[in-house]
Amino acid sequence: MKKEIITRSEQETFNWAFDLGASAEQGSVFALSGDLGTGKTIIAKGIAKGLGIDDEITSPTFLMMEIYEGRFQLYHFDLYRIDNLEELDELNFEEYWFGDGVSVIEWAEKAGSRIPDNITKIALEWAGDTERRIRIEYPGN
Amino acid sequence: MELKKDIVGLGLESSCDETSASVVLNGKRILSNIIKSQIDLHREYFGVVPEIASRAHLEVINKIIKIALREAGVKFSGLKYVAATARPGLVGSLLIALQSAKAVSYSLRIPLIAVNHLEAHLYAPFLEGIEPVYPFMGLLVSGGNTNLYIVRGIGDMELLGRTADDAAGEAFDKVAKYLNLGYPGGPIIEKLASQSKTKKKLFPKILADSTDFRFSYSGLKTAVVNYIKKNPNADKAGIVYSFQERALEILARKVYKAARQYNIKDIVIAGGVAANGRLRVMLHEAKAEDERLIIPSPVLCTDNAAMVAGIACKYFYADITDDLNVDAQPRV
Repeated sequence: MKKEIITRSEQETFNWAFDLGASAEQGSVFALSGDLGTGKTIIAKGIAKGLGIDDEITSPTFLMMEIYEGRFQLYHFDLYRIDNLEELDELNFEEYWFGDGVSVIEWAEKAGSRIPDNITKIALEWAGDTERRIRIEYPGN
Repeated sequence: MELKKDIVGLGLESSCDETSASVVLNGKRILSNIIKSQIDLHREYFGVVPEIASRAHLEVINKIIKIALREAGVKFSGLKYVAATARPGLVGSLLIALQSAKAVSYSLRIPLIAVNHLEAHLYAPFLEGIEPVYPFMGLLVSGGNTNLYIVRGIGDMELLGRTADDAAGEAFDKVAKYLNLGYPGGPIIEKLASQSKTKKKLFPKILADSTDFRFSYSGLKTAVVNYIKKNPNADKAGIVYSFQERALEILARKVYKAARQYNIKDIVIAGGVAANGRLRVMLHEAKAEDERLIIPSPVLCTDNAAMVAGIACKYFYADITDDLNVDAQPRV
C-alpha cells in the first residue's frame, strides 16, 4: 500500500511519526530516504517517542548505529557515510533487521538493493521551508 | 633526568580517525605523541567509515607504539602503566587500542587504565602546563560530540547539556559536503568564510530564546539547504561565513552563560572544533576579566593519545585501574 501526505511543520512530521512508533511491532523496519535537512532525524525521534523511549534521539552519523531501550529496542542506523555496498556488507547491519527490535534506517537509499522488500519505506521531499512531502510504502500487498 | 618516583605511562587511542600512541611523564609532560591520521583514506567517503578505520588502526598500531617509545627514549620496561580509550566511539576501532593496551599490561604486569575519551579531551590543558581549577566548565565540541560539562574531579563530570540532533563538527561536514567543498568540513569552511566579502546574516541565531544548555544544529543545517535551494547561484563564501557565525555563536553564548550561572571562572574548550580560529576569537571577545579561557593548542584539540596517557596518570595515582576483561563501549 502506498500513501502520500504533506506535513506543514516539524511538529506535524514528528506527530505523524509518533503514530508509526506507537503501532510498530517487533521486527518492524523503517527505511528513511531524503536529502539533507528533510527531517529524517525528526521521523526517528517521533518513532522513538511512539515506542516509549524517553532518551533523546540524536543523529547517529558519527557512530553509524545507536541502540535505545523502549517498548522494544530501537536500532537507529545512519548510512550517510556509506558510499558503496561492500562497506555496508562488512558492517553486518542486516543482522539487526527483523529481529526482536524495531529498526530505523536513515539514508536508506545508500543501501540500494540491500534494503529488503517487506519493510516500511518512507521517502521525504522538500516542499517548502517547513513543508515536507512524505511518500510511504507499507510492506505486503 | 628522570627521578625514581617519576611515573612514565603509555597511552593509546583509536576511537575514530586517528591512531595514536604517546608516552607521558607524570601525567604532565609529553615525551612523545605520535598521531597517524586516516583522513586521506576517508576523504573519498566524506567521513569515517568504520570498517576502513578498524583495519587501518590494526595495520599501524604496533609501529606507532614502537615509534612513540623510541622518540620518548623509553623502553617497555620503563612503563609504569598503560592506558587506552575504551569509550565512546566505534567499537571496532576502539578495540584496536584497547586490546593492544591489554597485551602490554598483561605481558609487562603493569596496570591497565581504560579511559573515557571525552574526559581525556578535557584533560589536554594539563599537558601544556595549565592546570584548570576544579570545578571547571568543559565544552567538548567535535564531529561526534557537542557536550557541556561541569568537571568536578577525576571521573566526575556533570553533563549540563548536549546537542539535540547533529554535533557541531558534523554540521560543518554536512554543509561542506552539500556545497561540494570537500572533507573535513571545519578547516575548509573556516578558510572560505574568511574570504567572504559580505558579512550578511543569512540565518537566524540557533535557539536564540533558550534558557537551558542544549545545542542544536539541524535547524541551521536545514536553513542553509533552504537558502541554497532558493538562491542556487549565491556566493558560497557568504553562505559559509553566515553558517559559521551562527554555528559558533551558540557555543560561546552557552558556555559563558553556564560559567556565570554556576560562578565558575575556568573554562576549557576541547575537541576538534576548538581548533577553529574564529571560535577562539569569539570566545576571547566574550570573556569577562576575571574568567580564564583555556584552549589547548590545535594538535591537542584533535584526537591524540597524550591526553589518554595524561588523564590515566591521575587514575594511576588514585589507584583506580581496570581488569583485563574491560570492554569497549560505544557510549559513555
